[in-house]
Amino acid sequence: MDTATSFALIAPELLLAVSSLLLVLAAAWGGDKAARPVTILAVSALFGAGLLLWPVLHLGKVGPETWAFGDLLRADAFAGFAKALIYLAAIGCLVVTPSWFDRMKAMKPEYPVLVLLATLGMSLMVSASDLLTLYLGLELNSLAAYVLAAYLRNDSKSAEAGLKYFVLGALASGILLYGMSLLYGFTGTTSFAGIREALSGEMSNGMLFGVIFVLAGLAFKIAAVPFHMWTPDVYEGAPTPVTTFFATAPKVAAVALTARVALDAFGGQVDAWRQVVIFAALASIVVGALGAIGQNNLKRLLAYSSINNVGFILIGLAAASVAGASAMFVYLAIYVAMSLGSFVALMMLHDEDGRALETFDDIAGLSTKRPALAWCLLALMFSLAGIPPLLGFWGKFVVFQAAVEANLVALAAIGIAASVIGAFYYIKFIKVMFFDAASPATVADSTRAHWAVLGITTLIVSPLGYFLTRSFGDLGDKAASALFLLP
Amino acid sequence: MIGIEHYLVVSAILFVLGVLGIFLNRKNVIIILMGIELILLSVNINLVAFSAFLNDLVGQVFAMFVLTVAAGEAAIGLAILVIYFRNRGTIAVDSVDRLKG
Repeated sequence: MDTATSFALIAPELLLAVSSLLLVLAAAWGGDKAARPVTILAVSALFGAGLLLWPVLHLGKVGPETWAFGDLLRADAFAGFAKALIYLAAIGCLVVTPSWFDRMKAMKPEYPVLVLLATLGMSLMVSASDLLTLYLGLELNSLAAYVLAAYLRNDSKSAEAGLKYFVLGALASGILLYGMSLLYGFTGTTSFAGIREALSGEMSNGMLFGVIFVLAGLAFKIAAVPFHMWTPDVYEGAPTPVTTFFATAPKVAAVALTARVALDAFGGQVDAWRQVVIFAALASIVVGALGAIGQNNLKRLLAYSSINNVGFILIGLAAASVAGASAMFVYLAIYVAMSLGSFVALMMLHDEDGRALETFDDIAGLSTKRPALAWCLLALMFSLAGIPPLLGFWGKFVVFQAAVEANLVALAAIGIAASVIGAFYYIKFIKVMFFDAASPATVADSTRAHWAVLGITTLIVSPLGYFLTRSFGDLGDKAASALFLLP
Repeated sequence: MIGIEHYLVVSAILFVLGVLGIFLNRKNVIIILMGIELILLSVNINLVAFSAFLNDLVGQVFAMFVLTVAAGEAAIGLAILVIYFRNRGTIAVDSVDRLKG
Protein backbone atom coordinates (compact mmCIF):
# COMPACT_ATOMS: atom_id res chain seq x y z
CA MET A 1 0.00 0.00 0.00
CA ASP A 2 1.45 3.37 -0.95
CA THR A 3 2.03 6.25 1.41
CA ALA A 4 -0.75 8.47 0.04
CA THR A 5 -3.39 5.85 0.82
CA SER A 6 -1.94 5.43 4.29
CA PHE A 7 -2.15 9.14 4.94
CA ALA A 8 -5.73 9.18 3.69
CA LEU A 9 -6.58 6.46 6.19
CA ILE A 10 -5.28 8.44 9.15
CA ALA A 11 -6.92 11.72 8.08
CA PRO A 12 -8.68 12.28 11.46
CA GLU A 13 -5.38 11.91 13.34
CA LEU A 14 -3.61 14.23 10.90
CA LEU A 15 -6.31 16.85 11.38
CA LEU A 16 -5.99 16.61 15.17
CA ALA A 17 -2.18 16.72 15.09
CA VAL A 18 -2.00 19.75 12.80
CA SER A 19 -4.72 21.67 14.61
CA SER A 20 -3.23 21.02 18.05
CA LEU A 21 0.16 22.29 16.87
CA LEU A 22 -1.41 25.41 15.34
CA LEU A 23 -3.45 25.99 18.48
CA VAL A 24 -0.31 25.81 20.64
CA LEU A 25 1.02 28.69 18.56
CA ALA A 26 -2.25 30.58 18.89
CA ALA A 27 -2.20 30.01 22.64
CA ALA A 28 1.36 31.26 22.95
CA TRP A 29 0.56 34.29 20.81
CA GLY A 30 -2.79 35.26 22.30
CA GLY A 31 -2.17 34.64 26.00
CA ASP A 32 -5.07 34.09 28.39
CA LYS A 33 -7.45 36.16 26.25
CA ALA A 34 -7.27 33.45 23.58
CA ALA A 35 -8.76 30.79 25.87
CA ARG A 36 -12.28 30.94 24.47
CA PRO A 37 -11.43 31.12 20.75
CA VAL A 38 -8.93 28.27 21.18
CA THR A 39 -11.58 26.18 22.92
CA ILE A 40 -14.05 26.82 20.10
CA LEU A 41 -11.44 25.94 17.47
CA ALA A 42 -10.49 22.77 19.36
CA VAL A 43 -14.14 21.69 19.49
CA SER A 44 -14.49 22.31 15.74
CA ALA A 45 -11.29 20.34 15.05
CA LEU A 46 -12.72 17.41 17.02
CA PHE A 47 -16.00 17.77 15.16
CA GLY A 48 -14.19 17.79 11.81
CA ALA A 49 -12.17 14.72 12.77
CA GLY A 50 -15.46 13.04 13.70
CA LEU A 51 -16.93 13.85 10.27
CA LEU A 52 -13.90 12.25 8.60
CA LEU A 53 -14.83 9.00 10.38
CA TRP A 54 -18.17 8.81 8.63
CA PRO A 55 -17.15 6.60 5.63
CA VAL A 56 -15.44 4.03 7.86
CA LEU A 57 -18.40 3.86 10.22
CA HIS A 58 -21.06 3.90 7.53
CA LEU A 59 -19.51 1.17 5.39
CA GLY A 60 -18.18 -0.81 8.36
CA LYS A 61 -14.81 -1.30 6.65
CA VAL A 62 -12.59 -4.12 7.87
CA GLY A 63 -9.64 -6.06 6.48
CA PRO A 64 -6.42 -5.16 4.64
CA GLU A 65 -7.90 -2.10 2.87
CA THR A 66 -7.91 -0.34 6.27
CA TRP A 67 -4.29 -1.10 7.20
CA ALA A 68 -2.02 1.94 7.07
CA PHE A 69 1.78 2.06 6.97
CA GLY A 70 2.35 -1.66 6.55
CA ASP A 71 -0.17 -2.66 9.24
CA LEU A 72 1.12 -0.34 11.95
CA LEU A 73 -2.30 1.30 12.25
CA ARG A 74 -5.74 0.03 11.35
CA ALA A 75 -8.52 2.50 10.53
CA ASP A 76 -11.24 -0.17 10.62
CA ALA A 77 -14.84 -0.15 11.86
CA PHE A 78 -13.68 -0.96 15.38
CA ALA A 79 -11.29 2.00 15.54
CA GLY A 80 -13.96 4.19 13.93
CA PHE A 81 -16.55 3.33 16.57
CA ALA A 82 -14.13 3.93 19.45
CA LYS A 83 -12.91 7.20 17.91
CA ALA A 84 -16.45 8.47 17.41
CA LEU A 85 -17.17 7.88 21.10
CA ILE A 86 -13.87 9.47 22.14
CA TYR A 87 -14.42 12.60 20.04
CA LEU A 88 -17.99 13.01 21.25
CA ALA A 89 -16.88 12.64 24.87
CA ALA A 90 -14.02 15.11 24.36
CA ILE A 91 -16.38 17.63 22.73
CA GLY A 92 -18.81 17.24 25.64
CA CYS A 93 -16.00 17.80 28.14
CA LEU A 94 -14.60 20.85 26.34
CA VAL A 95 -17.99 22.53 25.99
CA VAL A 96 -18.63 22.53 29.75
CA THR A 97 -15.09 23.46 30.80
CA PRO A 98 -14.65 27.25 30.28
CA SER A 99 -17.47 28.41 32.54
CA TRP A 100 -16.28 26.10 35.34
CA PHE A 101 -12.71 27.38 35.28
CA ASP A 102 -13.88 30.98 34.83
CA ARG A 103 -15.27 30.83 38.37
CA MET A 104 -11.70 30.64 39.67
CA LYS A 105 -10.17 32.68 36.81
CA ALA A 106 -8.12 29.65 35.74
CA MET A 107 -9.23 29.12 32.13
CA LYS A 108 -6.11 29.11 30.00
CA PRO A 109 -5.74 28.31 26.28
CA GLU A 110 -3.42 25.37 26.94
CA TYR A 111 -6.29 23.39 28.43
CA PRO A 112 -8.08 22.68 25.11
CA VAL A 113 -4.70 22.04 23.46
CA LEU A 114 -3.86 19.40 26.06
CA VAL A 115 -7.27 17.80 25.58
CA LEU A 116 -6.66 17.73 21.80
CA LEU A 117 -3.24 16.10 22.25
CA ALA A 118 -4.66 13.52 24.64
CA THR A 119 -7.43 12.80 22.13
CA LEU A 120 -4.85 12.35 19.38
CA GLY A 121 -3.04 9.84 21.59
CA MET A 122 -6.29 7.98 22.20
CA SER A 123 -6.99 7.91 18.45
CA LEU A 124 -3.63 6.25 17.88
CA MET A 125 -4.24 3.82 20.75
CA VAL A 126 -7.49 2.48 19.37
CA SER A 127 -6.14 2.11 15.84
CA ALA A 128 -2.81 0.60 16.86
CA SER A 129 -2.05 -2.86 15.52
CA ASP A 130 1.59 -2.96 16.52
CA LEU A 131 3.19 -2.75 19.95
CA LEU A 132 5.17 0.33 18.95
CA THR A 133 2.17 2.41 17.86
CA LEU A 134 0.27 1.15 20.88
CA TYR A 135 2.99 2.44 23.19
CA LEU A 136 3.30 5.82 21.47
CA GLY A 137 -0.44 6.42 21.50
CA LEU A 138 -0.73 5.39 25.13
CA GLU A 139 2.10 7.67 26.22
CA LEU A 140 0.85 10.67 24.24
CA ASN A 141 -2.48 10.24 25.99
CA SER A 142 -0.95 9.66 29.42
CA LEU A 143 1.56 12.51 29.34
CA ALA A 144 -1.18 15.00 28.44
CA ALA A 145 -3.41 13.48 31.14
CA TYR A 146 -0.79 13.87 33.89
CA VAL A 147 -0.54 17.57 33.11
CA LEU A 148 -4.32 17.93 33.04
CA ALA A 149 -4.67 16.30 36.48
CA ALA A 150 -2.27 18.87 37.95
CA TYR A 151 -3.89 21.70 35.96
CA LEU A 152 -4.89 23.89 38.94
CA ARG A 153 -1.34 24.74 39.89
CA ASN A 154 -2.16 26.55 43.11
CA ASP A 155 -4.51 23.92 44.45
CA SER A 156 -2.67 21.40 46.62
CA LYS A 157 -5.27 18.68 45.94
CA SER A 158 -4.86 19.02 42.19
CA ALA A 159 -1.06 18.89 42.47
CA GLU A 160 -1.27 15.80 44.64
CA ALA A 161 -3.67 14.13 42.19
CA GLY A 162 -1.25 14.89 39.38
CA LEU A 163 1.66 13.43 41.32
CA LYS A 164 -0.22 10.24 42.21
CA TYR A 165 -1.52 9.81 38.69
CA PHE A 166 1.95 10.33 37.27
CA VAL A 167 3.70 7.83 39.55
CA LEU A 168 1.12 5.08 39.16
CA GLY A 169 0.59 5.76 35.46
CA ALA A 170 4.33 5.61 34.79
CA LEU A 171 4.58 2.37 36.77
CA ALA A 172 1.74 0.93 34.67
CA SER A 173 3.48 1.99 31.45
CA GLY A 174 6.66 0.33 32.73
CA ILE A 175 4.88 -2.94 33.48
CA LEU A 176 3.17 -2.86 30.09
CA LEU A 177 6.45 -2.11 28.37
CA TYR A 178 8.27 -4.94 30.16
CA GLY A 179 5.55 -7.32 28.97
CA MET A 180 5.90 -5.99 25.43
CA SER A 181 9.68 -6.52 25.48
CA LEU A 182 9.15 -10.14 26.56
CA LEU A 183 6.53 -10.65 23.85
CA TYR A 184 8.90 -9.20 21.27
CA GLY A 185 11.72 -11.47 22.41
CA PHE A 186 9.74 -14.68 22.51
CA THR A 187 7.63 -14.14 19.39
CA GLY A 188 10.23 -12.25 17.32
CA THR A 189 7.79 -9.57 16.15
CA THR A 190 5.89 -6.54 17.40
CA SER A 191 2.88 -6.68 15.08
CA PHE A 192 -0.39 -7.98 16.50
CA ALA A 193 -0.89 -10.32 13.54
CA GLY A 194 2.61 -11.79 14.01
CA ILE A 195 2.13 -12.17 17.76
CA ARG A 196 -1.17 -13.93 17.20
CA GLU A 197 0.47 -16.37 14.82
CA ALA A 198 3.42 -17.01 17.15
CA LEU A 199 1.16 -17.55 20.16
CA SER A 200 -1.11 -20.01 18.40
CA GLY A 201 1.11 -23.01 19.11
CA GLU A 202 2.47 -24.13 22.45
CA MET A 203 3.05 -21.15 24.78
CA SER A 204 6.44 -20.82 26.41
CA ASN A 205 6.85 -19.36 29.92
CA GLY A 206 8.30 -16.17 28.48
CA MET A 207 5.24 -15.65 26.29
CA LEU A 208 2.92 -16.30 29.22
CA PHE A 209 4.78 -13.73 31.35
CA GLY A 210 4.58 -11.26 28.48
CA VAL A 211 0.82 -11.73 28.11
CA ILE A 212 0.24 -11.35 31.86
CA PHE A 213 2.42 -8.23 32.17
CA VAL A 214 0.71 -6.58 29.20
CA LEU A 215 -2.74 -7.34 30.60
CA ALA A 216 -1.70 -6.05 34.04
CA GLY A 217 -0.46 -2.79 32.52
CA LEU A 218 -3.73 -2.38 30.59
CA ALA A 219 -5.77 -3.17 33.73
CA PHE A 220 -4.05 -0.19 35.38
CA LYS A 221 -5.13 2.06 32.53
CA ILE A 222 -8.78 0.94 32.61
CA ALA A 223 -8.76 1.03 36.44
CA ALA A 224 -9.78 -2.60 36.94
CA VAL A 225 -9.28 -4.23 40.35
CA PRO A 226 -6.59 -5.07 41.62
CA PHE A 227 -4.98 -2.07 39.86
CA HIS A 228 -7.63 0.50 40.74
CA MET A 229 -6.20 2.24 43.82
CA TRP A 230 -5.25 5.43 42.00
CA THR A 231 -8.76 6.06 40.65
CA PRO A 232 -10.60 7.50 43.71
CA ASP A 233 -7.70 9.78 44.65
CA VAL A 234 -7.15 11.11 41.15
CA TYR A 235 -10.85 11.57 40.46
CA GLU A 236 -11.31 13.45 43.72
CA GLY A 237 -8.22 15.63 43.48
CA ALA A 238 -8.31 16.61 39.80
CA PRO A 239 -10.50 19.60 38.84
CA THR A 240 -14.02 18.38 38.01
CA PRO A 241 -13.83 19.08 34.23
CA VAL A 242 -10.64 17.03 34.10
CA THR A 243 -12.27 14.23 36.10
CA THR A 244 -15.15 14.30 33.61
CA PHE A 245 -12.64 13.88 30.82
CA PHE A 246 -10.79 11.02 32.60
CA ALA A 247 -13.99 9.14 33.28
CA THR A 248 -15.13 9.24 29.65
CA ALA A 249 -12.72 9.53 26.72
CA PRO A 250 -9.53 7.83 28.06
CA LYS A 251 -11.69 5.08 29.55
CA VAL A 252 -13.14 4.33 26.10
CA ALA A 253 -9.66 4.34 24.56
CA ALA A 254 -8.14 2.06 27.19
CA VAL A 255 -11.04 -0.40 27.08
CA ALA A 256 -10.97 -0.48 23.27
CA LEU A 257 -7.21 -1.01 23.33
CA THR A 258 -7.60 -3.87 25.81
CA ALA A 259 -10.23 -5.44 23.58
CA ARG A 260 -8.02 -5.18 20.52
CA VAL A 261 -4.98 -6.64 22.31
CA ALA A 262 -6.89 -9.45 24.03
CA LEU A 263 -9.07 -10.50 21.09
CA ASP A 264 -6.69 -9.82 18.21
CA ALA A 265 -3.08 -10.24 19.40
CA PHE A 266 -3.89 -12.79 22.12
CA GLY A 267 -6.99 -14.09 20.32
CA GLY A 268 -5.45 -17.51 19.67
CA GLN A 269 -4.91 -18.13 23.40
CA VAL A 270 -8.22 -17.17 24.95
CA ASP A 271 -7.89 -19.81 27.67
CA ALA A 272 -4.62 -18.26 28.85
CA TRP A 273 -6.21 -14.92 29.78
CA ARG A 274 -9.89 -15.68 30.31
CA GLN A 275 -9.47 -16.61 33.99
CA VAL A 276 -7.57 -13.37 34.64
CA VAL A 277 -10.25 -11.26 32.98
CA ILE A 278 -13.06 -13.04 34.84
CA PHE A 279 -11.28 -12.44 38.14
CA ALA A 280 -10.70 -8.76 37.32
CA ALA A 281 -14.34 -8.36 36.24
CA LEU A 282 -15.82 -9.86 39.40
CA ALA A 283 -13.34 -8.11 41.69
CA SER A 284 -14.04 -4.74 40.01
CA ILE A 285 -17.80 -5.16 40.35
CA VAL A 286 -17.57 -6.12 44.03
CA VAL A 287 -14.90 -3.60 45.06
CA GLY A 288 -16.62 -0.85 43.08
CA ALA A 289 -19.91 -1.58 44.83
CA LEU A 290 -18.57 -2.02 48.38
CA GLY A 291 -15.96 0.77 48.21
CA ALA A 292 -18.55 3.39 47.31
CA ILE A 293 -20.82 2.69 50.28
CA GLY A 294 -18.92 4.65 52.94
CA GLN A 295 -18.01 7.62 50.72
CA ASN A 296 -19.24 11.11 51.47
CA ASN A 297 -17.46 12.84 48.58
CA LEU A 298 -19.51 12.55 45.38
CA LYS A 299 -16.50 12.55 43.04
CA ARG A 300 -14.99 9.64 44.99
CA LEU A 301 -18.32 7.87 44.84
CA LEU A 302 -18.49 8.26 41.07
CA ALA A 303 -14.89 6.99 40.85
CA TYR A 304 -15.95 3.76 42.54
CA SER A 305 -18.96 3.68 40.25
CA SER A 306 -16.62 3.80 37.25
CA ILE A 307 -14.57 0.91 38.67
CA ASN A 308 -17.83 -0.99 39.06
CA ASN A 309 -18.80 -0.26 35.44
CA VAL A 310 -15.43 -1.43 34.13
CA GLY A 311 -16.21 -4.78 35.77
CA PHE A 312 -19.39 -5.12 33.70
CA ILE A 313 -17.51 -4.16 30.53
CA LEU A 314 -14.91 -6.86 31.27
CA ILE A 315 -17.68 -9.48 31.48
CA GLY A 316 -18.28 -8.81 27.78
CA LEU A 317 -14.56 -9.27 27.13
CA ALA A 318 -14.47 -12.54 29.09
CA ALA A 319 -17.09 -13.97 26.74
CA ALA A 320 -14.47 -13.63 23.95
CA SER A 321 -17.11 -13.86 21.23
CA VAL A 322 -18.45 -11.47 18.60
CA ALA A 323 -21.59 -11.01 20.69
CA GLY A 324 -19.48 -10.33 23.79
CA ALA A 325 -17.32 -7.72 22.08
CA SER A 326 -20.37 -6.06 20.56
CA ALA A 327 -22.09 -5.99 23.99
CA MET A 328 -18.96 -4.43 25.43
CA PHE A 329 -19.07 -1.57 22.92
CA VAL A 330 -22.78 -0.96 23.47
CA TYR A 331 -22.17 -0.84 27.22
CA LEU A 332 -19.24 1.50 26.69
CA ALA A 333 -21.36 3.92 24.63
CA ILE A 334 -24.09 3.97 27.28
CA TYR A 335 -21.52 4.31 30.06
CA VAL A 336 -20.00 7.37 28.40
CA ALA A 337 -23.40 9.08 28.27
CA MET A 338 -24.18 8.24 31.91
CA SER A 339 -20.78 9.22 33.19
CA LEU A 340 -20.61 12.47 31.21
CA GLY A 341 -24.07 13.41 32.44
CA SER A 342 -23.41 12.72 36.10
CA PHE A 343 -20.09 14.56 36.19
CA VAL A 344 -21.59 17.56 34.37
CA ALA A 345 -24.34 17.58 37.00
CA LEU A 346 -21.61 17.64 39.68
CA MET A 347 -20.00 20.60 37.90
CA MET A 348 -23.31 22.46 38.06
CA LEU A 349 -23.43 22.07 41.85
CA HIS A 350 -21.73 25.14 43.29
CA ASP A 351 -22.88 28.00 45.49
CA GLU A 352 -22.98 31.72 44.72
CA ASP A 353 -19.34 32.19 45.82
CA GLY A 354 -18.16 29.50 43.41
CA ARG A 355 -17.45 26.90 46.10
CA ALA A 356 -18.06 23.42 44.71
CA LEU A 357 -20.76 21.37 46.44
CA GLU A 358 -19.43 17.86 46.27
CA THR A 359 -20.48 15.99 49.41
CA PHE A 360 -23.73 14.31 50.38
CA ASP A 361 -24.36 16.97 53.06
CA ASP A 362 -24.26 19.68 50.41
CA ILE A 363 -26.83 18.13 48.10
CA ALA A 364 -29.38 17.26 50.79
CA GLY A 365 -32.81 18.41 49.68
CA LEU A 366 -31.60 19.44 46.23
CA SER A 367 -35.02 18.67 44.74
CA THR A 368 -36.58 21.66 46.51
CA LYS A 369 -33.84 24.06 45.36
CA ARG A 370 -33.11 22.91 41.81
CA PRO A 371 -35.81 20.45 40.80
CA ALA A 372 -34.72 20.10 37.15
CA LEU A 373 -31.15 19.24 38.13
CA ALA A 374 -32.35 16.79 40.78
CA TRP A 375 -34.63 14.99 38.31
CA CYS A 376 -31.82 14.71 35.73
CA LEU A 377 -29.56 13.24 38.43
CA LEU A 378 -32.35 10.86 39.40
CA ALA A 379 -32.52 9.52 35.83
CA LEU A 380 -28.73 9.21 35.60
CA MET A 381 -28.39 7.42 38.95
CA PHE A 382 -31.22 4.96 38.23
CA SER A 383 -29.60 4.33 34.86
CA LEU A 384 -26.18 3.69 36.44
CA ALA A 385 -27.87 1.27 38.83
CA GLY A 386 -29.31 -0.53 35.80
CA ILE A 387 -32.96 -0.12 36.66
CA PRO A 388 -35.39 -0.48 33.73
CA PRO A 389 -36.80 1.33 31.77
CA LEU A 390 -33.64 3.48 31.68
CA LEU A 391 -30.92 2.75 29.15
CA GLY A 392 -28.34 1.55 31.69
CA PHE A 393 -30.44 -1.57 32.04
CA TRP A 394 -30.03 -2.34 28.34
CA GLY A 395 -26.22 -2.18 28.61
CA LYS A 396 -26.17 -4.64 31.50
CA PHE A 397 -28.70 -6.85 29.73
CA VAL A 398 -26.66 -7.29 26.53
CA VAL A 399 -23.47 -7.95 28.50
CA PHE A 400 -25.08 -10.63 30.66
CA GLN A 401 -26.76 -12.15 27.63
CA ALA A 402 -23.40 -12.50 25.89
CA ALA A 403 -21.89 -14.06 29.02
CA VAL A 404 -24.69 -16.62 29.25
CA GLU A 405 -24.34 -17.47 25.56
CA ALA A 406 -20.61 -18.09 26.15
CA ASN A 407 -21.46 -20.54 28.96
CA LEU A 408 -20.33 -18.18 31.70
CA VAL A 409 -23.58 -18.53 33.65
CA ALA A 410 -21.92 -18.34 37.08
CA LEU A 411 -20.12 -15.12 36.11
CA ALA A 412 -23.38 -13.56 34.95
CA ALA A 413 -25.21 -14.65 38.12
CA ILE A 414 -22.57 -13.21 40.46
CA GLY A 415 -22.48 -10.03 38.38
CA ILE A 416 -26.24 -9.56 38.69
CA ALA A 417 -26.11 -10.20 42.44
CA ALA A 418 -23.30 -7.66 42.87
CA SER A 419 -25.12 -5.03 40.82
CA VAL A 420 -27.85 -5.14 43.49
CA ILE A 421 -25.25 -4.11 46.10
CA GLY A 422 -24.21 -1.29 43.78
CA ALA A 423 -27.80 -0.09 43.53
CA PHE A 424 -27.62 0.78 47.26
CA TYR A 425 -25.48 3.88 46.90
CA TYR A 426 -27.12 5.11 43.73
CA ILE A 427 -30.42 5.00 45.54
CA LYS A 428 -28.85 6.68 48.58
CA PHE A 429 -27.93 9.53 46.22
CA ILE A 430 -31.59 9.87 45.23
CA LYS A 431 -32.83 9.54 48.82
CA VAL A 432 -30.51 12.35 49.98
CA MET A 433 -31.63 14.65 47.14
CA PHE A 434 -35.34 14.05 47.45
CA PHE A 435 -36.16 13.06 51.03
CA ASP A 436 -33.57 14.68 53.32
CA ALA A 437 -34.03 18.07 54.98
CA ALA A 438 -32.57 20.79 52.75
CA SER A 439 -28.99 21.89 53.54
CA PRO A 440 -28.26 25.62 54.07
CA ALA A 441 -26.04 25.71 50.95
CA THR A 442 -27.52 27.63 48.03
CA VAL A 443 -27.07 26.37 44.50
CA ALA A 444 -26.15 28.97 41.91
CA ASP A 445 -27.47 29.12 38.35
CA SER A 446 -25.72 27.13 35.65
CA THR A 447 -24.75 28.16 32.16
CA ARG A 448 -26.55 27.04 29.04
CA ALA A 449 -23.64 24.83 27.93
CA HIS A 450 -23.96 22.78 31.11
CA TRP A 451 -27.72 22.43 30.70
CA ALA A 452 -27.32 21.42 27.06
CA VAL A 453 -24.85 18.60 27.79
CA LEU A 454 -26.82 17.45 30.83
CA GLY A 455 -30.07 17.54 28.83
CA ILE A 456 -28.65 15.54 25.91
CA THR A 457 -27.11 12.86 28.13
CA THR A 458 -30.29 12.59 30.21
CA LEU A 459 -32.31 12.17 27.01
CA ILE A 460 -29.96 9.40 25.87
CA VAL A 461 -30.26 7.43 29.13
CA SER A 462 -34.02 8.02 29.35
CA PRO A 463 -36.40 5.41 27.87
CA LEU A 464 -36.24 7.42 24.61
CA GLY A 465 -32.67 6.09 24.32
CA TYR A 466 -34.08 2.70 23.35
CA PHE A 467 -34.60 4.13 19.87
CA LEU A 468 -30.81 4.20 19.64
CA THR A 469 -30.27 0.58 20.65
CA ARG A 470 -30.69 -0.71 17.12
CA SER A 471 -28.03 1.57 15.64
CA PHE A 472 -25.76 1.10 18.68
CA GLY A 473 -26.07 -2.67 18.24
CA ASP A 474 -25.44 -2.38 14.52
CA LEU A 475 -22.29 -0.30 14.98
CA GLY A 476 -21.16 -2.56 17.82
CA ASP A 477 -21.55 -5.67 15.63
CA LYS A 478 -19.59 -4.08 12.79
CA ALA A 479 -16.85 -3.00 15.21
CA ALA A 480 -16.71 -6.43 16.85
CA SER A 481 -16.44 -8.20 13.50
CA ALA A 482 -13.22 -6.23 12.81
CA LEU A 483 -11.61 -8.01 15.77
CA PHE A 484 -12.61 -11.49 14.63
CA LEU A 485 -11.23 -11.59 11.10
CA LEU A 486 -9.38 -14.82 11.83
CA PRO A 487 -11.17 -17.83 13.29
CA MET B 1 30.16 -17.12 27.01
CA ILE B 2 27.46 -14.56 27.79
CA GLY B 3 24.10 -15.64 26.37
CA ILE B 4 20.67 -14.06 26.13
CA GLU B 5 19.64 -15.43 29.53
CA HIS B 6 22.28 -13.37 31.32
CA TYR B 7 20.84 -10.19 29.86
CA LEU B 8 17.34 -11.29 30.81
CA VAL B 9 18.41 -11.92 34.40
CA VAL B 10 20.08 -8.51 34.70
CA SER B 11 17.04 -6.77 33.26
CA ALA B 12 14.66 -8.74 35.52
CA ILE B 13 16.73 -7.72 38.56
CA LEU B 14 16.66 -4.06 37.49
CA PHE B 15 12.90 -4.25 36.91
CA VAL B 16 12.27 -5.69 40.37
CA LEU B 17 14.58 -3.10 41.95
CA GLY B 18 12.64 -0.34 40.21
CA VAL B 19 9.26 -1.66 41.39
CA LEU B 20 10.54 -2.13 44.95
CA GLY B 21 12.01 1.38 44.82
CA ILE B 22 8.51 2.72 44.15
CA PHE B 23 6.69 0.68 46.78
CA LEU B 24 9.15 0.30 49.65
CA ASN B 25 10.50 3.84 49.62
CA ARG B 26 9.08 6.02 52.41
CA LYS B 27 11.37 9.01 52.05
CA ASN B 28 11.50 11.00 48.90
CA VAL B 29 9.47 11.31 45.69
CA ILE B 30 12.66 11.77 43.66
CA ILE B 31 13.56 8.17 44.50
CA ILE B 32 10.23 7.09 42.96
CA LEU B 33 11.21 8.91 39.74
CA MET B 34 14.52 7.04 39.80
CA GLY B 35 12.62 3.77 40.22
CA ILE B 36 10.55 4.57 37.12
CA GLU B 37 13.68 5.30 35.11
CA LEU B 38 15.18 2.01 36.29
CA ILE B 39 12.12 0.10 35.04
CA LEU B 40 12.33 1.77 31.62
CA LEU B 41 16.06 1.05 31.37
CA SER B 42 15.52 -2.61 32.20
CA VAL B 43 13.02 -2.71 29.33
CA ASN B 44 15.64 -1.21 27.04
CA ILE B 45 18.21 -3.85 28.00
CA ASN B 46 15.63 -6.50 27.19
CA LEU B 47 14.76 -4.95 23.83
CA VAL B 48 18.35 -4.48 22.69
CA ALA B 49 19.43 -7.93 23.87
CA PHE B 50 16.52 -9.58 22.06
CA SER B 51 17.18 -7.46 19.00
CA ALA B 52 20.81 -8.66 18.83
CA PHE B 53 19.77 -12.23 19.58
CA LEU B 54 17.03 -12.33 16.94
CA ASN B 55 19.08 -10.39 14.39
CA ASP B 56 16.13 -8.04 13.97
CA LEU B 57 16.33 -4.25 14.06
CA VAL B 58 12.83 -3.54 15.38
CA GLY B 59 13.93 -3.99 18.98
CA GLN B 60 16.59 -1.29 18.72
CA VAL B 61 14.18 1.13 17.05
CA PHE B 62 11.73 0.42 19.84
CA ALA B 63 14.47 1.13 22.41
CA MET B 64 15.11 4.56 20.83
CA PHE B 65 11.42 5.39 21.11
CA VAL B 66 11.37 4.25 24.74
CA LEU B 67 14.37 6.46 25.53
CA THR B 68 12.68 9.47 23.95
CA VAL B 69 9.39 8.95 25.74
CA ALA B 70 11.25 8.33 29.02
CA ALA B 71 12.88 11.74 28.67
CA GLY B 72 9.50 13.39 28.16
CA GLU B 73 8.04 11.46 31.06
CA ALA B 74 10.85 12.53 33.40
CA ALA B 75 10.38 16.17 32.38
CA ILE B 76 6.67 16.07 33.12
CA GLY B 77 7.22 14.17 36.37
CA LEU B 78 9.71 16.73 37.63
CA ALA B 79 7.42 19.59 36.59
CA ILE B 80 4.54 18.11 38.57
CA LEU B 81 6.90 17.59 41.50
CA VAL B 82 7.88 21.28 41.39
CA ILE B 83 4.20 22.30 41.52
CA TYR B 84 3.68 19.94 44.42
CA PHE B 85 6.69 21.34 46.29
CA ARG B 86 5.47 24.91 45.82
CA ASN B 87 2.14 24.03 47.39
CA ARG B 88 3.39 21.93 50.25
CA GLY B 89 7.02 22.86 50.88
CA THR B 90 8.05 19.22 51.07
CA ILE B 91 8.43 16.21 48.79
CA ALA B 92 8.42 13.52 51.48
CA VAL B 93 6.38 10.49 50.41
CA ASP B 94 4.50 10.49 53.73
CA SER B 95 3.18 13.98 53.02
CA VAL B 96 1.20 12.75 49.99
CA ASP B 97 -1.87 12.01 52.08
CA ARG B 98 -4.39 14.79 51.54
CA LEU B 99 -6.58 12.58 49.36
CA LYS B 100 -7.94 9.67 51.38
CA GLY B 101 -11.29 8.00 51.79
